[in-house]
Amino acid sequence: MVVLFFSELERKLRANDREYNLSFKYATNAIKTSKYNLFTFLPLNLFEQFQRIANAYFLFLLVLQVIPQISSLSWFTTVVPLILVLTVTAAKDATDDIVSTFENVFFSLFIVNKRDRTEKWMNVQVGDIIKLENNQFVTADLMLLSSSEPLNLVYIETAELDGETNLKVRQALPVTGDLGDDIEKLADFNGEVRCEPPNNRLDRFKGVLTFAGQKYSLDNEKILLRGCTLRNTEWCFGLVLFGGPETKLMQNCGKSTFKRTSIDRLMNILVIFIFGFLAFMCSVLAIGNYMWEKNEGSQFTVFLPRLQDNPAFSSFLTFWSYVIILNTVVPISLYVSVEIIRLGNSFYIDWDRKMYFARSDTPAEARTTTLNEELGQIKYVFSDKTGTLTQNIMIFNKCTINGKCYGKIYTVDFSFNPLADTRFVFHDHALVEAVKLENPEVHTFFRLLALCHTVMAEEKKEGELFYQAQSPDEGALVTAARNFGFVFRSRTPDSISIVEMGKQHSYELLAILDFNNVRKRMSVIVRSPEGKLSLYCKGADTIIYERLHQSCSKLMDVTTEHLNEFAGDGLRTLALAYKDLDEEYFNQWIQRHHEANTALEDREGKLDELYEEIEKDLLLLGATAIEDKLQDGVPQTIEQLSKADIKIWVLTGDKQETAENIGYSCNLLREEMNDVFIISGNSLEDVRQELRNARTSMKPDAAENSVFLPEMDKVVTDEVVSGEYGLVINGHSLAYALEHSLELEFLRTACMCKAVICCRVTPLQKAQVVELVKKYKKAVTLAIGDGANDVSMIKAAHIGVGISGQEGMQAVLSSDYSFAQFRFLQRLLLVHGRWSYLRMCKFLRYFFYKNFTFTFVHFWFAFFCGFSAQTVYDEWFITLYNLMYTALPVLGMSLFDQDVNDVWSFQHPQLYVPGQLNLYFSKKSFFKCALHSCYSSLVLFFIPYAAMYDTVRDDGKDIADYQSFALLTQTCLLFAVSIQLGFEMSYWTAVTIFFVLGSLAMYFAVTFTMYSNGMFTILPSAFPFIGTARNTLSQPNVWLTIFLTSILCVLPVVTCRFLMMQLCPTINDKVSEEMLLLFVLDVFKPVETRGKIILQSRSLQSNPVTSSFRINADIIPKDGP
Amino acid sequence: HILSHYNHKHKYISLEFNVKNQLKFTNRPDNTAFTQQRLPAWQPILSAGIVIPGFVLIGLAFIGVGVALFVTSRSIQVLERDYTGDESGTPCASCANSNVQNSFGFCFPQSQGPVFFYYGLSNYFQNYRRYGTSKDDNQLYGVLKYFTSPSDNCAPYAYNSNNQPIVPCGSIANSMFNDTFKLYQTVNGTRQEVSLDGKGIAWWTDYNIKYRNPTNNPLKDAFNGTVKPIYWSKPAYELDTSDPSNNGFVNQDFLVWMRRAALPDFRKLYRRISQDKYPDGLPAGNYSLEITYNYRVYRFSGKKKVVFSNVSWMGGKNEFLGIAYLVVGSMCVFMSIVMLIVYAKFKFPDEE
Repeated sequence: MVVLFFSELERKLRANDREYNLSFKYATNAIKTSKYNLFTFLPLNLFEQFQRIANAYFLFLLVLQVIPQISSLSWFTTVVPLILVLTVTAAKDATDDIVSTFENVFFSLFIVNKRDRTEKWMNVQVGDIIKLENNQFVTADLMLLSSSEPLNLVYIETAELDGETNLKVRQALPVTGDLGDDIEKLADFNGEVRCEPPNNRLDRFKGVLTFAGQKYSLDNEKILLRGCTLRNTEWCFGLVLFGGPETKLMQNCGKSTFKRTSIDRLMNILVIFIFGFLAFMCSVLAIGNYMWEKNEGSQFTVFLPRLQDNPAFSSFLTFWSYVIILNTVVPISLYVSVEIIRLGNSFYIDWDRKMYFARSDTPAEARTTTLNEELGQIKYVFSDKTGTLTQNIMIFNKCTINGKCYGKIYTVDFSFNPLADTRFVFHDHALVEAVKLENPEVHTFFRLLALCHTVMAEEKKEGELFYQAQSPDEGALVTAARNFGFVFRSRTPDSISIVEMGKQHSYELLAILDFNNVRKRMSVIVRSPEGKLSLYCKGADTIIYERLHQSCSKLMDVTTEHLNEFAGDGLRTLALAYKDLDEEYFNQWIQRHHEANTALEDREGKLDELYEEIEKDLLLLGATAIEDKLQDGVPQTIEQLSKADIKIWVLTGDKQETAENIGYSCNLLREEMNDVFIISGNSLEDVRQELRNARTSMKPDAAENSVFLPEMDKVVTDEVVSGEYGLVINGHSLAYALEHSLELEFLRTACMCKAVICCRVTPLQKAQVVELVKKYKKAVTLAIGDGANDVSMIKAAHIGVGISGQEGMQAVLSSDYSFAQFRFLQRLLLVHGRWSYLRMCKFLRYFFYKNFTFTFVHFWFAFFCGFSAQTVYDEWFITLYNLMYTALPVLGMSLFDQDVNDVWSFQHPQLYVPGQLNLYFSKKSFFKCALHSCYSSLVLFFIPYAAMYDTVRDDGKDIADYQSFALLTQTCLLFAVSIQLGFEMSYWTAVTIFFVLGSLAMYFAVTFTMYSNGMFTILPSAFPFIGTARNTLSQPNVWLTIFLTSILCVLPVVTCRFLMMQLCPTINDKVSEEMLLLFVLDVFKPVETRGKIILQSRSLQSNPVTSSFRINADIIPKDGP
Repeated sequence: HILSHYNHKHKYISLEFNVKNQLKFTNRPDNTAFTQQRLPAWQPILSAGIVIPGFVLIGLAFIGVGVALFVTSRSIQVLERDYTGDESGTPCASCANSNVQNSFGFCFPQSQGPVFFYYGLSNYFQNYRRYGTSKDDNQLYGVLKYFTSPSDNCAPYAYNSNNQPIVPCGSIANSMFNDTFKLYQTVNGTRQEVSLDGKGIAWWTDYNIKYRNPTNNPLKDAFNGTVKPIYWSKPAYELDTSDPSNNGFVNQDFLVWMRRAALPDFRKLYRRISQDKYPDGLPAGNYSLEITYNYRVYRFSGKKKVVFSNVSWMGGKNEFLGIAYLVVGSMCVFMSIVMLIVYAKFKFPDEE
């Protein structure tokens, strides 16, 4: 990252003066996107990798192994896995790095002050003037100087910055625009710029240009940011303000935080626990060694070389020797395997056709590959409304003008208007009549819609207009005005041309008082062709109402009635107002406006004040209502998710009525709910009282202990309520509810409800709500949204999902997963999430089981070999056990396993609940794993021990030797863990079967090869086990022992599972039983009824939400197969 | 993180570009069983219909095997005599004190099949790690270079006090078992020596591949400049004076000893009762064993014994395996009954 040696308060630079600019040591435009080069790669990468605790630990082990007194295992047992892990990680890092190196594309640029020379863009420096051509990427933050287009306009696309695909306009100052493309003049340009230091705000810029003794204000309109693309503009010249890492784009990129899953956190705790356990085992064995050395070893000296005759020292060495041998309890391959599994499961999301949206050709995308299993544990979903639950395709649906409501159901003929948009449909003929009758209010209404906006018009052919709108609302309004005969045709920075009822008019545009989230309104001040000065304003109804002239009060009442009606239909409303301005006052105002606009300090504040001053005493015109249709499948998805016990909170900026209505239409709020509480208090106490009342009515005894909450334990437990409730809270009340004194009250009440809707929420509040739940609930949260206002919430939640829809890409860019439609969420959670979680848990349980079992055998053997840190197995087996013999089967399981298929997952959303409760992998199940391993290792050591005790081969020769015993034990182990894997796996695909059998075959192949004559003759000291496999595995009693241990290892598991299934079946057991019944029916029923049942099961497959199956299952006599 | 972010942005631009160019469905994922996770699969379920009969079958099979193993093991005749001689009342009670030749007598019943003669040691940790590594595989493979410079693993039995290399080096070789036995049958009061066969008592791979003598002829030349292990009475090339090919590293007794035991109590093959003379095994009768007592084990409270045994298809006598099979088999049957009861009780509660 960038290291700033001084904190820059203000940036000063002079055009075309490299020496002057270099004195400030601004970053050059070269962005060092690649971390390594050919020579630094190895040392740097290794250094980074060994900073990871696991790798460092293995390096430490390696050091221990080099000490001859301690070394209980050959160095290669650690080196081989370590090298493998390091190589895999290094390869991944290297590919990442190579990919990012390609970012440094060779763009050649024309730099003005080096005439006739083109340069790579990375050599550009602050203060240079560069030329850009059409469709070129802007590669530094520039101040626009001049352009080929009239009025010094340039058109840019900002998709890479904010994801918005509509064209935007930038305009150069007239004074610099005069420079044109005259290279001489440009090279002599010596303007000085003072501006803000590098920052990450994409929508704001503040600076002053000083040129020829004059000061000019610079704002965002004159800036081209890195990441934009030049469109419809032949050329333009720009002055570089920020380069490379100091550009706003790059400043923005570093923000995303690193998310970890709850399994990750649990794993970290477990690893610490395992380390403790390792130390404990080693201590026990070291003490054992001390006792043995004292009592037996000292007597045994005749035959045993003893370097130090000191039991204490020997036990110290033994401790470290056992650290080496028992290191497999902390498996190095764990982290790598986890990464691989997550990656694989992410690919499944990318590949899923059922999450591909054909209309926009958008597949789902797992943008983060480290969070998959958390998708199976979601408890709270926070959803945006517009664009997430709805399509964000706005349709002008109704309006009220001067107290008259339009918008009943008729189809309107727009043929009177040749410029109409043919796709536009409106259902009330009365409005057209009103327009044709030249009703002045109606005309002003549509004139306002045609003038007050920031839409760009493109007219490629005469009469074919295309509007480029930043928000679909605006587009819908301008299109409506167009169809009613007020056609917006084109705009320049200081004029707007519209066609009013077939007549061309040009309005002088004097000021735009633009929209933002706080103002919630926008205004324009124009001079009509007749010379009349007017201000047109549109905005949120509450905001506009505060600024109306008293004379409108009657109209206000009628309009309010209409507005409520619209909101009740789930429509988005805007109020429209205007006022005529006094020439003298305006001239004075515009003067102050200019001053404020060039101010360097608190420019926004001053402007806001000015805006506030002029936007008052407005005259109400009416209001518009825009329909935003629900996306397909939203109600079904919400129903499914709530069946899976996922709580859905909708956070929307809409009015309370609109939000409530949408809540009903998307099944979030239901008529059959016991009650829907509405919190709309306007003071802290009101809100508190309302929240308490709500809770009392849900659970009468809950209110008394409401204040009580232990400060230490910051976890609010779920409270069970009978019945279903909903909660709607508006923005004002939410602000109070989120205050520290009330947040717990709010959270407790809200969490008792099935559905929560927060309306009139600001982006910041969205994030606060998510943070609140994260803070007090031990639950996994997911936020889903599509717009820039959802970014904070998406980043705050455990998992952020972006809808790749219409409102730009900002949400997607900061999200972890993205797809095109809200309904895909159920597939992401109930299918992919559940499987990922299940697979990860199965993987972890099995992985710990197999490694613990492997390791504990050493522990038992220690008691029979004088605690001398003698391994039970062959060193090669120790090296390859995790890497070769058991790696693929367990990976196969965790990439392919599914307990029930996707259809059944949808049919039984309750299957999702165990994930929320952390049932599949927790400290408890880890402990169970360890106990199970303990049992298995006892079997695996003592059965071969007893079977080999004092026995001989069938030809009388030796078989109780160490090498045969090692081979026998390791073969038993491999069989036992493979069979155990078979019981863990519930989905045997050809691939997994191949992996399991292949690994066993591989074990025998590798073992026979390593124990062969050939290998021994090449390297006698590396392969001392020569002949063991042939001599041992030819014995029937060896195979009988292997068989016995394998059976004995799995018998208790099968018995326990079977009994648990009968005594307290889980939801999974019930579902699998249903599946089995269906299957049995399919196979064993007589031929005549068979077809019917197959038919039923098919219909069931095609319609996942059908519930007819349960009835079928109940009719079947319960006598089993 | 910056980088990955940056990449994604690029991806999205290209995506939108495609949409604009009307290239439909370019991003649609492939419809394969693998990518859509629809691979055909077998989904076994632990249903009562499989588990209970399975348990019964496994149980019965185990009981069958168990009976066979048990009967076989019972039919094997084993005769063990402890001759440590540190306790009175045991055979060879005075062996440990007096040197060299001792003998004791015993009865042997009629055996079936060939009889093997083992020596056994207890509380002897051949599986001690530093003991086990104390050898030089390259030296034992007959590589002369390692005769003069044995591996460090052999310390402290790599060089003697005069810094001469020891061959074979290391603890294992140094501690080689060196008691010798002679077996006599008493027929009508006269002692008749039973001929013992010491050929082929080690593993074939050990004899032919793992251990090799240097090619020097005579073998003694290879050992020039080296000394015999400290506890040995004879150098390696003179281990068997009667058979020149049974010397050096391929001496059968040496090979048997070098294959170190897994557990602290072990037995190793000493000789076979010669099958030429006793093709049907050892006849019943009185025998006496003459022992040359060299190997001191009482210092670490070890035990020595001799074992005579015949073998079966399942190797030597080991009753554990048979009993284990019987126990596990019965447990399976028992558990299947328990499971059946539980299953019946919870599946058909009304019929109870």
